[in-house]
Amino acid sequence: MDIKLAKPFIEATVNVLSTMAMINPKAKKPYIKDHNRALGDVSGIVGFTANGGKKGVMSVSFSKKCAIQIVKNLLGDDIQNIVEDVQDAVGEITNMISGQARAKLAEMGITMEGATPTVIMGENHTITHITKDQIMAVPFTTEYGDFVVEFSMSE
Amino acid sequence: MSINKNMRILVVDDFSTMRRIIKNILKQLGFTNVVDADDGTTAWEILNKDKIDFIISDWNMPKMSGIELLRKVRASEEFADIPFLMVTAEGQQENVIEAVQAGVSNYIVKPFTPETFEQKIKKIFEKKK
Repeated sequence: MDIKLAKPFIEATVNVLSTMAMINPKAKKPYIKDHNRALGDVSGIVGFTANGGKKGVMSVSFSKKCAIQIVKNLLGDDIQNIVEDVQDAVGEITNMISGQARAKLAEMGITMEGATPTVIMGENHTITHITKDQIMAVPFTTEYGDFVVEFSMSE
Repeated sequence: MSINKNMRILVVDDFSTMRRIIKNILKQLGFTNVVDADDGTTAWEILNKDKIDFIISDWNMPKMSGIELLRKVRASEEFADIPFLMVTAEGQQENVIEAVQAGVSNYIVKPFTPETFEQKIKKIFEKKK
């Protein structure tokens, strides 16, 4: 997989979290992930499709601590049910990163549509990448804990 | 002429997080007369039983999307003139063009700051003067 494809996802992730949640994540070196175990406690997952059968999957897996802090920063005092709020917020964050990343991919000539994200919670959950192609993972660090953005794309 | 802070605003988004973020920003801007819906179908029901002055809607939603809601609103006699702000993660140029062609009043790409949100609202109501 072309390492250049990581750039739109990294930029989108930093932009979304810094603008909406006042968190400035630092990206570490992307790598090829060779298993489907989630690298966090709560994951937002979204599929991409394009004309010609091209498909992709993007996911964002947060540690519990990081996800809770994001919700607190997004909603302030308005937290009603922390579990439901984490689930909803991770879905919306995934949706925003997906939209931003796809806009940047379109500038590179790769136009894809995004589906509605789903959210999975719990230790040791798995993330299924529908394509048989390589999965690229980008680890991020924040002062509130770590998270990982993954994506795969069929040729 | 200043913007009527008592206008009835309908916020439409399938994620409660975004509805609450938007309602919080509106509250900070002095708009407290707000009702919300989690998709276009529910929004359409509200439009038909409530008096809505301004619609703020997401694009990607189940049942009826924001662009479908916009087209339905613009095609109706009763609601065609209601200002419609699209707030969406879809930042690709063709999405913006599609929304403009469907009659959107203004367009915000997520993520956004409260300042951007305020500016977009101001522009809509300045145009209406």
